[in-house]
Amino acid sequence: MEPVAVVGVGMTQVKRERKADGYPDLVFDATRAALDDAGMSIDQIDNVVTISNDFFDGRTISSMAIMDACGSYDKNVTTVEGDGTFGAFFGVMRVLSGSYGTTLVCAHHKGSESQMPLITNAMFDPIFARSLGIDAVTSSALQARAYMAKYGITEEQCAMVSVKNHGNAFKNPIAQLPLELTVEKVMSSPYIADPIKLLDCCPISDGASAVILASEERAKKITDKPVWVKGVAHCSSAYQLGDRNLYCVCALEEAAKKAYAMAGVSEPARDIDLAEVYDAFSYMEPLWLEGLGICERGEGGKLTESGRTALDGELPVNASGGCLSGNPVLVAGLNRIIECALQIRGDAGEHQAERVKTAVAHGINGPCGQSHCVWVLGGEK
Amino acid sequence: MGKRVAVTAVGMTRQRSARPDVSGQELIGEAVRMALDDAGMTRKDIDAIVIGNMDHFEGINYVDTWSVDGSGALMKPIMKLTTGGTTGTTIAMAAYYHVASGLFDRVLAIGWEKNSESDTTGAIITAFDPFWDRPIFAGAVAGLAMEATAYMKETGATEEDAAYVAVRERTHALNNPYAHLHLNMTIADVMNSPYLSWPVKMGDMCPRTDGACALIFASEDVADGFPRKPAWIHGVADRHLWAYTSDPYLDFKTGEAWFPAMQKSSQDVYRRVGITDPLEQFDVAELYLPYSFAGLRYMESLGFCEKGGAPALTRAGTFDMGGKCPVNPSGGVMSSNAIGATGLIRVAECAWQIQGRAGDRQVPDVELALATGFGGCFWSDVLVLGKEKPEKARG
Repeated sequence: MEPVAVVGVGMTQVKRERKADGYPDLVFDATRAALDDAGMSIDQIDNVVTISNDFFDGRTISSMAIMDACGSYDKNVTTVEGDGTFGAFFGVMRVLSGSYGTTLVCAHHKGSESQMPLITNAMFDPIFARSLGIDAVTSSALQARAYMAKYGITEEQCAMVSVKNHGNAFKNPIAQLPLELTVEKVMSSPYIADPIKLLDCCPISDGASAVILASEERAKKITDKPVWVKGVAHCSSAYQLGDRNLYCVCALEEAAKKAYAMAGVSEPARDIDLAEVYDAFSYMEPLWLEGLGICERGEGGKLTESGRTALDGELPVNASGGCLSGNPVLVAGLNRIIECALQIRGDAGEHQAERVKTAVAHGINGPCGQSHCVWVLGGEK
Repeated sequence: MGKRVAVTAVGMTRQRSARPDVSGQELIGEAVRMALDDAGMTRKDIDAIVIGNMDHFEGINYVDTWSVDGSGALMKPIMKLTTGGTTGTTIAMAAYYHVASGLFDRVLAIGWEKNSESDTTGAIITAFDPFWDRPIFAGAVAGLAMEATAYMKETGATEEDAAYVAVRERTHALNNPYAHLHLNMTIADVMNSPYLSWPVKMGDMCPRTDGACALIFASEDVADGFPRKPAWIHGVADRHLWAYTSDPYLDFKTGEAWFPAMQKSSQDVYRRVGITDPLEQFDVAELYLPYSFAGLRYMESLGFCEKGGAPALTRAGTFDMGGKCPVNPSGGVMSSNAIGATGLIRVAECAWQIQGRAGDRQVPDVELALATGFGGCFWSDVLVLGKEKPEKARG
């Protein structure tokens, strides 16, 4: 793959409710922040990719509403529906095509104006599954249970993820929900859908973010701290939950394999310095780390217990506080990429980890992580 | 630098008002199966898939992950793009960039829609701003009626001029076995059809359709290995300028632009590809004309003639089969409109014309073809396809 760099990043604060702002306002703030970060004007942006979802926005063709806000007037612009990691991948393709030197990618989400159970229920088969009332939380509970039953992962191990990530969030000024937790506190929080408890869940959030991608030639002119996209790939598994072994994340394994091959990562546990994964529920972090090959299948719980994934551990995971500390859906994946970029640049402030040369960002689409997108980012080409 | 990209295989379901015999996934599966057969390939040979439709039409969230059984995306990368009526052309352009990036050699692009299971107008109304536009906006027909009224006032064009376009499109559709509507229609039939929203009549309007379309895009490295001759993508561009319903009409007052999104996007592509005289250079055009008046105004916005010149040119038969540049030999959108598939079908028809596979609707010796998408708040996508391999990838 020819070199493509992240040259500018912008995130709004993630909050429970941004009542005074419509989503174009959020998008404007994020776009403005990314342009400022890159020291660019909107005229230097060659094309735009927006990330939207009509169900969450309550509008058909919801990207229409942000066309002004993201500065796409008289530019080639398109809309990916799905997580930010997927939209940003399309942005990379637009640069690699040779047609554009720079791509602005922006995502928005207002959970405060969404009906999460109804909207996530609409992911499921309208005839066979929807009438059961299944949604993101209950389907994830099935996956958590399957994962625990298969490998002996414990609720306490999952609770440790929640303790760690909410603790990291204290150091991240954009995080919505820094919490001083203990395993006992998580364990004694009420069950939302067994085995998932309240403090195992991400919150509902409002937020937006934007990333500017550039070709090697343009990147050199824009910044002296480019973050290079070393490898990126995505993959989908089966739709019906019953067609999958929910504890086996084969699509993530496949996506990671391809991304690592592009990036020249042969031993992920050794070659990767930091990971930002899509931890909408606490059990997801160890499960995705298995899929990413950072540990063996079934070893995710022990990995968390070992402390290696802590901010001061050998391989910090969700140093930002992760989705558990603020989850504007669709934006969440883009934020994972941005957090990795900041860590590689050494600009992560208080949640900066030591020696981050290579980082992995991860996003998901569909129920129980049906589809996964994996990014390997690095400070050197 | 970027790879050159060609359309190498086409799959298309017959377009129908309702397909109660299949689910959405099965409908998609029909088009995909046909495209793979056309390519002499199996699912295993596909590197990546792009898909799109409108979430609120069928009420399915995350169509990419939902459609895996029909799209063949199991253990493959699939991405969803949605931009309204332009979705089909957006999918084609996304497949183009997948391949041009050099990351994928064979990409399957899928557009589909099951309007029979949808409250289309109800969903379209929600596309507009809840405070400023929605209370006064009554779906797609009303927006188009505003455009038609403004066009007639500005140019002196008549309802009969538009009816000519409606008759032309329906007559062309008689040659297309895939078309939804096969209507023998006269100008009098159009003029006597009931008004939907003045000056737009039933006979001026597109239908609601069930259908799917799938194309395989291939890179220059592998395009010659397919059973069909490649139809090369010469250039793509889009403009989505507006957020509010009233925005597109501002330009009537200033006179600075004429359907600016279409004008800007087409000029962008023409510049890249070297088109200076569209009427002379294009051999055929498959345009997203959602209603008859578009067949006048768009020709002007696309540079086929001067502002106000389209009615005379149209009546002279310039855009009829056998004319200088036939428009919509397939019968176009006024004969079939499975919305998420519609733009992709325009690209598919151009590919068939270039490959010489368009059957009774074949235009002789097609070297260069134009496809457009229309949607959202007067958005425009433009693609140019050609028989010759372009000198380089020009996006």
